[in-house]
This record gives sequence, structure tokens and C-alpha cells, in this order.
Amino acid sequence: MSEPVEAPPGDSAPSAVERLAARHRAGGIVTPLITAMIAFFMGGLVVLATGHNPFRTYKAVWDGTGLNWFFKFGHYHIDLPFTQHRVFFWWDTNANALAPYNLTQTLLLTTTLILTGLAVSFAFRCGLFNIGGQGQYITGAIVAVWVGSSWAGMAKGLHVFLAILLACLAGAALAAVAGLLKATVGAHEVITTIMLNWIAYWIGSYAFGRGGPLQNKVDIAVPISGDVVRSGKLPTFWGNPELQALHVGFFIALAALVVFWVILNRTTLGYQVRAVGFNSEAARYGGINVARNYVYAMAISGVFAGLGGAMDILGWQYRLGVLDIQVSNIGFIGIAVALLGRNTAVGVGLAALLFGALVNGTSTRGLDPSVFPPELAGNLTLMIQALVLLFVGADVLVLAIWGSRKKIGLGRRTAPPAPEGAAT
Amino acid sequence: MSPVAATIDRLRWGPRRVARLGIVLGILAFFFALPPVEARAPVVPLLVGLLGVACGIWAVTRGVGRLGWGAVAVGVLGILLGVLATRSSGTNLHIVVSWGALVASTLVWATPLTFAAIGGMFSERSGVVNIALEGMMLSGAFFGVLGADKFNSWAMGLLVAAVAGGCFALVHAFFAIHLRADQIVGGTAINFLALGVTGYFFIQVYGDVGSPGNLPRIPNVNIPGLKNVTFLGDAFGQLNLMIWLSFVLLIVAYVVMFKTPIGLRIRAVGEHPRAAETVGISVYLIRYASVTLSGMLAALGGAYLAVGFVGSFNENMTAGRGFIALAALIFGNWRPFGAFAAALLFGASTALSFRLATYSDSAAVLFQALPYVLTLIAVAGVIGRSVPPASVGRPYSKQ
Repeated sequence: MSEPVEAPPGDSAPSAVERLAARHRAGGIVTPLITAMIAFFMGGLVVLATGHNPFRTYKAVWDGTGLNWFFKFGHYHIDLPFTQHRVFFWWDTNANALAPYNLTQTLLLTTTLILTGLAVSFAFRCGLFNIGGQGQYITGAIVAVWVGSSWAGMAKGLHVFLAILLACLAGAALAAVAGLLKATVGAHEVITTIMLNWIAYWIGSYAFGRGGPLQNKVDIAVPISGDVVRSGKLPTFWGNPELQALHVGFFIALAALVVFWVILNRTTLGYQVRAVGFNSEAARYGGINVARNYVYAMAISGVFAGLGGAMDILGWQYRLGVLDIQVSNIGFIGIAVALLGRNTAVGVGLAALLFGALVNGTSTRGLDPSVFPPELAGNLTLMIQALVLLFVGADVLVLAIWGSRKKIGLGRRTAPPAPEGAAT
Repeated sequence: MSPVAATIDRLRWGPRRVARLGIVLGILAFFFALPPVEARAPVVPLLVGLLGVACGIWAVTRGVGRLGWGAVAVGVLGILLGVLATRSSGTNLHIVVSWGALVASTLVWATPLTFAAIGGMFSERSGVVNIALEGMMLSGAFFGVLGADKFNSWAMGLLVAAVAGGCFALVHAFFAIHLRADQIVGGTAINFLALGVTGYFFIQVYGDVGSPGNLPRIPNVNIPGLKNVTFLGDAFGQLNLMIWLSFVLLIVAYVVMFKTPIGLRIRAVGEHPRAAETVGISVYLIRYASVTLSGMLAALGGAYLAVGFVGSFNENMTAGRGFIALAALIFGNWRPFGAFAAALLFGASTALSFRLATYSDSAAVLFQALPYVLTLIAVAGVIGRSVPPASVGRPYSKQ
């Protein structure tokens, strides 16, 4: 039995990060899939227990996501040049229907969730648990709405670029505080990022609240910011901009996924970040400046989250109210996205789509209220999200349910910290 | 040698003592500008504050850095606030600073934090991180209201709240202890679970109407003789039962944690579980019990908020108080009286923020960020270092 050289008190089982590394080796999409299935199954039980039909409920949620727009085979009109023929096509191309509208809303949420998910993931790959995605998101949003609603005369491209850049920097700055504290005095990043979340929350409530410095000048009774001016808005490409159309931020988020992958897997910085994440002591021994990587990883995390805030503000929200800040939890959903997506670019993208669809499908806008009350459904989403988080952390249980721990390689980890038997 | 220094020398005061005096002077600088002293001349806080700063600098030059700079900071702050207070109108000052009411209000806001922070202390001292205090408080708030409503008794409300909080804590404990899941992920999950479950059942049970208005409330304790005493009457004359219980809890928690074998076991398990196991302490049992207890206490804090203070429930009504309680726990260095002092400080900042609205709505809002900023400063090690239990957050596997 090979003990680790520096055994922590109590020969603890592997930390979350070590487990994550193990699961990367274990490979496969099995764990996240089962996790999501358990969560949805238990959510269904709650729905059943409270006297609703889970199948009809989930069907209504599915319809609310807009994803039902695909999978509707039939003859639809598509604008083939020079003809009026109806062509067999695998989705309904009638863009005025409800489904495509719902889909744009789902994709809007996906956009932000990709970014807040990446914010959590990037730090996680460096062995840090950035629970402050929410605060960094809000900070980015505050700065974006501030820049976007001032300097009306600026050239369009420049204005948008400046707003995004400053929002990213603001998010990075907030996150870097936690990174710096971790690097210099070893303050636990979970504690510091929680505190920073609430600081951002109250700063936002102050800035847009009544009498606050960034409150709108039109109606001082309403605690909301000024509107983003025309030159500060992101171009939209799908849907009616009056009704929250899909904006180019969607592609920015997809690009962010690529950037995330490239930084982590194709740069020196990414190599160092991952090395610190796998084993900070070994990384230090190998000559990597661990403290600096903590700061960089947090700052890059903050860039992603701040970018998410900017996307929402410049893309469809165009203003930020105290209430928006207080009810927003998209940064927290980012934690579930990151963990379900196993902190990989592809995983985060897919998990963001899942949660974006779930949040939109259970929203007042998306869900058919005759089937299931949306007020309940919003809370159902929270429960499913919570269950995902619970089970994604408890890989022992999930894999025991799968019943094939040995087959996918976790059984080999009997060496130092062995998780003997599931749920003993 | 100047006469002042000579006097100080004759007193045989070390620099630490002088620095503490400086801090007191800084606070006094502000205090003199407030009622009942209420000096209206800005020179009073200025002079007293400067004296405090001088003490601080003197201490710094004698090598007491941290405390000395603390005195300088407090002195400067005292001057600023004191001068501001002399500038404000007397009536406003009297509205904001009526000490008795301020103390009572501080205790009201501090009590939920005290319950949750003491609960958190049990959990974290036994080695299980509990960032789920928020969710457990919220569950206590909802199930307290539900129990009080359905059984038509506030005592049953408290009981149901404690059971509900204990159940959420058991889930956290099971995932953290047996499944060795990451405790922070698990805690976050419990927070969301509580948010979802309470929101779901709140709407399922009460619909759009909200919780009933005639909810049986936790009674206030009227102390008959105290009512007409000037300061004490306002401060302690009519406190809620739960506030007095929080004082009792504080003492009991201190005694249990530091003066009994049970407390020793809890701390041993949190510091070095392997060693504790070796001498025959069941790590799992202690951790399960501690985490469950923490959930019950946090839920009682939430129940006080809903059944005792507000008299109703609304979705996410704890609004981050669980995290402030966590902050109080850290700020108080994982000790009951420290956590209580921090809870009082944070309670006072909440109480003040409502009153400061007299001056400026927006500034009062910003004031609510104070607990978080202070905690950030505390974990950064500027005001003493807060050191968590050695094994907190590490799952333990039996051998």
C-alpha cells in the first residue's frame, strides 16, 4: 500500500479535483448521463407525489424548450429560390410558430450558461472551486450596462467592443481578488468568492437602486439602469429584437468554448494550469509558479463570467434592474453546467444546452400553464439542478448504480485513497 | 523626552495597551458626536480621534504593527464619522441613533445568524464544511411556518423546522460522509435543493395567497420591571423568546464544545480523524450527529426569522443570511463567542442599514455589503488570522 508522502490528517479520500481527474481517466459520458437521468427521475417523482402527471409535465417542458421544433417531420415550405414547392424537411421551418421563438430563448440562456459554466470549469481545471461565477457575471453586467448606456455618440463596433472588453476585465478583476488571496495568504477561494458574490450583489443593488449612481435618469422611482444605446447593442440574427432575439453573442460563446479548449490544451499557460490542478505540489516541484497560476486561472474564469454578463446586457436585456440582480442565478447554474459537463469544452456546451433548455422550458414564458404551473416548474428546475450537483459529486453512488465500476476503470484506484464499496 | 511620553512611561503601559487605548479613543471620537453626548462641534471628534491616531502611531513605532495600524484606521474612521455626525441635523441623528432600539434591532437581526453560525460551528468543528447553512435556514423558515400553521402552535412550528433542517443536513451528511462527495459541491446542491423544495411546496400548499396572516407567532418575553428603565427597557424589555434562547444556546454550545468529552471528540474528529478513530471515537457517528445538529440549529434560526419575526414566509426569504452566518463563523474563528460577536456586528450593520435610509436610500443599501467586506478582510489575515479546523472539508475513509 503506497501512502502519499505528505499524508493529510486523516488520510482523506481524494478531493473533488482529484476525483475529477480520475473520472477523466475513467472516460465516457456515462456518469453525467446517469446523473442527469437520476435527477430528472427524482424530479418526476416529486411531480407525481404532488398530484401531477410527470410524463405530461416533461412533455410540456420539452415543448417549452423549443427543441421540439426539430423532429417534426413533414412537408414544409422552405424558401427555395424561384419556386413555391413544399419540400420534405425534418423540421418546421415556419418561423412564426411558437417553437422557434422558444428555441431562440433557450439558445439565449445557453449562451450565458456556456460562459458561466466555462468560468467555473477553468478554475476547476486549476484545482480551484470558483463559486463566484454569479458575482463575476453581475460585475460584468454592471460594467456592460454602464458603458453601453453612456457615450451615445461612439462608433457602433467600437462601443460594443469597449463594453465587452471592460466587462471582461471587471469580471477578471473580481475573480482575481479571490485568486490573489488564495495565492498570497491561502484564503480558501470558496469563502472569498461567496463573499465577493454578495459584494457584487449589493454594489449592483446600490448602483441601480433609487438614488444610485447608475440609475436611469428618466424615472427615478424605478430602480433600474439606463437603457443601452443603439451603438452599444449586439447585432441580432434570429427573431424579433423587440421580443429578445438571438444575438451574435451565441457565436461568441461557441468561440469561447474553442478558446477554452485551446488555452487549456495548446498553450503553456493551460499546461501549467492543468498541472497545478492535477497536483499542485508536483507542479511546484516541477518549477511551475503555483501562486501565479491561481491568479491567472481565476482571472480567466472571471473573463468568461464577465463576458457572460456583457452578452446578456448587450444582447437582449439592454438594461439591468435591482430585481434582475436579485433573482438572477445563472452564475450558480454555471456550477451545475461545469460539473455535469465534466469541465471539458464539449461537455460544458452540451450541459449548457441542457440547462438552458430546462430553465426556459420551465419558465412562465415557455411552459404551458394548463399542464403544469410554471411557478412550480421553476422550483422543479432548481431541484433538478440541485440533484445533478448532489449526484455529480457522488460518483461512487452513481457508478454503483451503473454497477460497472471495475469495467470503466475506477476499480483500479484501490491504491492510496480507496473508496471501498459504494454506500457502505 | 516629551512630557506625554514621560507620562506614558510612568504608567508602564506597553505599546499593545496603548494601541488598544487608541482603538477605544477612535470609537469614542465617533461616540461623542452621537446622542446622548452629542457634541455638535466637529473639533471634539477630531481631537479625540487624533489622540487615538497618535496612540496608534506610537505603538507602530514601538513595533506593534497590526494593532497599531488598526488604531490608526479606527481613529481616522472615528474622525470621519464623528465629523459627519456633527454635520448632520440633530433630528436625523436622533432618528438613527436611539441606542435602546438599535440594540434591540441588532439582536433581532443577529439571532438567526447566531443560531446558524453555532450550528455551522458544530459541523465544521467535526470536519464537514457546511455552506448549506443558507438552505437549512430557508427550510427552517418554510417548514416552521408550515408546522406553526398546520398544528396551530409556534412550538410545533419550531419542532417541524428543526426536523426539516435536520433532514436536509442528513442528506448533506450522507453525501459528505458516506459517499465522500465534495462537501462544497454537496453544500451548494443542498442550498439549491432547499430553495427548490421550499419554493415548490410553498406554492403547492399556499398557492398565490401566501402563508396565512394569523400564524401563531413565537411570543416576546416582557420583563415587567424593565419596561420603564431608559436604555435597558428599549433594548431588553420586549425581546423575542428565541433571542433569549440564542443566549442560552451560546453558553451551552461553548460548554459542550470546550468543556465536555463530547466537544473534545467533535474537535478531535475535525482536527485529526485518524487519531480520533484510533482511540475508539466513531468518526462517522460524530460527524453525522454534528452535521444534523447544525442543520437543526440553522433551521431554528430560519424559523425565528419566519415564525418569530416576520410572521410569514416568502420564497428565498433568508436572502443570503446563511452565508452571513458562515461569514460570522469564520470571522469569529470557529468559536461560539467569536461567532456571536461577529453575528452582533453583522446584525448591527443590518439594523443600521435600515436606519441609515433616513440619510440616503442608496448608501444604506451599500452598507449591507459590510459583513462580506469585513469577512474578506478577515480571511485575508489583516485582522488576525482565522484558522479553520485542520480536517475541514476532507472526507474520511475508514480503514
